Amino acid sequence: MKAKKKIFAVLSSAALFAGIMAGCSSNSDSASGDKDEDSGQVTLTILVDNQTNLDGMKAVTDAIEEKYDIKTEYELRPGGGEGDNLVKTRLATGDMTDLMAYNSGSLFQALNPEKNFLDITDEAFVETIMDDAKDALSSNGKVYGIPSTSFMAGGWFYNKKIYEELGLSVPKTWVELMANNEKIKEAGKTAVIGSYKDSWTAQVIVLADNYNVLQQHPNFADDFTGNKAKIADTPGALRSFEKLAEVFDAGYLNEDFLATGYEAGLKMLAEGQGAHYPMLSFALPMLEANYSEELDNIGFFPQPGESADENGVTVWVPGGIYINKNTEHAEEAKKWVEFFVSQEGIDLHNSKIKPQGPPAVKGVELSDDVYGAVKDMLPFFESGKTAPALEFLSPVKGPNLPQIAVEVGSGISKAKDGAELYDKDVEKQAKQLGLEGW
Amino acid sequence: MTKLTNRSYTYYFLLPAGIIYFVFFLLPTIMSFFFSMTWWTLTDWKFIGLENFITFLTEPSLNIGFKNTIIYAIVTCSLKVILGLLLGVFLSQKLKTIGFVRSMVFFPTLLSTIAVGMAFAMMMHPTQGLINTSLKIVGIAGPDWLGDTTIALLSVALVDVWKGVGMATVIFIAGIMSIPEDYYEALAIDGGNSFHKFWNIIVPLSRPAMNSVIILAFIGGLRSFDLVWAMTKGGPGFSTDLIASIIYKQYQGGFYGLSTAGNVILFIVVSALAFPLYAFLNKKEVDL
Repeated sequence: MKAKKKIFAVLSSAALFAGIMAGCSSNSDSASGDKDEDSGQVTLTILVDNQTNLDGMKAVTDAIEEKYDIKTEYELRPGGGEGDNLVKTRLATGDMTDLMAYNSGSLFQALNPEKNFLDITDEAFVETIMDDAKDALSSNGKVYGIPSTSFMAGGWFYNKKIYEELGLSVPKTWVELMANNEKIKEAGKTAVIGSYKDSWTAQVIVLADNYNVLQQHPNFADDFTGNKAKIADTPGALRSFEKLAEVFDAGYLNEDFLATGYEAGLKMLAEGQGAHYPMLSFALPMLEANYSEELDNIGFFPQPGESADENGVTVWVPGGIYINKNTEHAEEAKKWVEFFVSQEGIDLHNSKIKPQGPPAVKGVELSDDVYGAVKDMLPFFESGKTAPALEFLSPVKGPNLPQIAVEVGSGISKAKDGAELYDKDVEKQAKQLGLEGW
Repeated sequence: MTKLTNRSYTYYFLLPAGIIYFVFFLLPTIMSFFFSMTWWTLTDWKFIGLENFITFLTEPSLNIGFKNTIIYAIVTCSLKVILGLLLGVFLSQKLKTIGFVRSMVFFPTLLSTIAVGMAFAMMMHPTQGLINTSLKIVGIAGPDWLGDTTIALLSVALVDVWKGVGMATVIFIAGIMSIPEDYYEALAIDGGNSFHKFWNIIVPLSRPAMNSVIILAFIGGLRSFDLVWAMTKGGPGFSTDLIASIIYKQYQGGFYGLSTAGNVILFIVVSALAFPLYAFLNKKEVDL
């Protein structure tokens, strides 16, 4: 086993190395053919990960080519940790493409943006980017990127038919939500869909509670990052784990929630077997693909907190597109990103891929065929009642949250014990990554 | 002075294999002992002594793997030995359909572990799975095989036995077939019955086969990973996490130093259990 693992490790690094070499060569090819002398056409290269559906982006770049005569050449990279390594290596060796699509927030800030990316703070179009997104695309007060898609929201999807049938109204506080759950349970239906076989789905109640956490402890993200606050000792943060436990303790979950997976969870929601499904809005395209007829019956509300006045939504900030500081085509690249976040650019993008949340650019109008659940999110964005999920505010995130969430959410361990275990998990991660103050 | 034997080939022929062995096995092994004592990001490292090992042994989400792995190895190993021996005895008889029955027993061994894991995970679904719906027909409420933390590990172990018992059986058949007929004849003259045949001849004389099965099944159980990953991914929570699946998760988390420390620990655990076991079993072997 050990021998095999080692061999695998060496082989995989060899493969990675080969990948990097391949990346180098393809880049130098494109660099040599950079400018078509006859037409004066400029080609910009962009590095994107191979998990992204590029239809939307390609619609935008086709328009850019037509309008500004700027051609876009795509280079694909792997996602996840392997992709991170590749991006870091290419930045370190000065071999980055003109434009680069990458995560926002702490992962981006770890790339040393001052050194690697073009500062676009003073460009007029940067003003139009929503603040939550702008913060995640900035480092030390300077903006380096534009949002590559719309926001996503995390919260509770609900079946409107069941709500109508039982005469329920959308809850504004946790107590109201639990009262709704009780009525749904009494009516013999599953109140909350649990799909903990895919353990990542169990984290949603914890992660989507961040708006409420920040209402009570505005500095929590910074204190958490700096090892000054622990979840188990911070009442508002511990509350997120308690909410997860309460849903199980009250018996609101489907009977076989430990054997139910994500796709089965979506099915239960769409077909009305369950009333609520705590989930992120990236589920919408899949719901549309499989249950398009039921899509209008699916609504969304944020995970409620203690008081109705503080009802707001936790959002997932889109990834960014950044300009290489050493690009030879800075002006063209700026035009490119400006068009990308214009109404026209976003419309083109949305025409291929429906947005999974409100746009990350101010003043952009959405077309009418947008998902109903996204419409439910809009008021919170318009009134500014949003907060990014913790992972966009802090680089600290323990890898075992899914398993710990399953334990808390299935009664294996108590909320407090789970939170303490997660604090330890976080400590391990911070130490392994060599973060300051740990 | 002339050489007593004339070597036909030079030792240089060993070089290609030697280099591969060194580069792909020895070197990474030595490196892993070093990197297990560092914070390591693949490009950068910092020496931290034994801290990774301490973390691995003290954190509940990590050290639950030791308990689970030992339970898993013992359960799978003993069941494979017992069932394998019984099937081996049964299948070394002269039956008409022996070829068919033997291949049937051996068949699960040929399947992909991941496919077996996924198929059984589906069959073990508490409400819609084949197993519990069948039990319902005869009026038994089946348990949540993979969701109940007290039995999830045993459920996975049973699937491992189903899949691995064929290999054990084949080894036992070979061992039993190699017992000379003389012993059975002597037993017949002494008027022994079939229980005597089993207990006094087959069991002691198929010892070498049994030892191979025990060692193979035990080491296999200790380093098991793929079946657990396919069926439960270590869940619910951490209740079916084995050392190997925990190491994998640390690697996924980007904790390369910590996961390497886990590998070193796994290496030590396997050696510390397997070598003494092997020595002990070898002492008990008798000559045919």
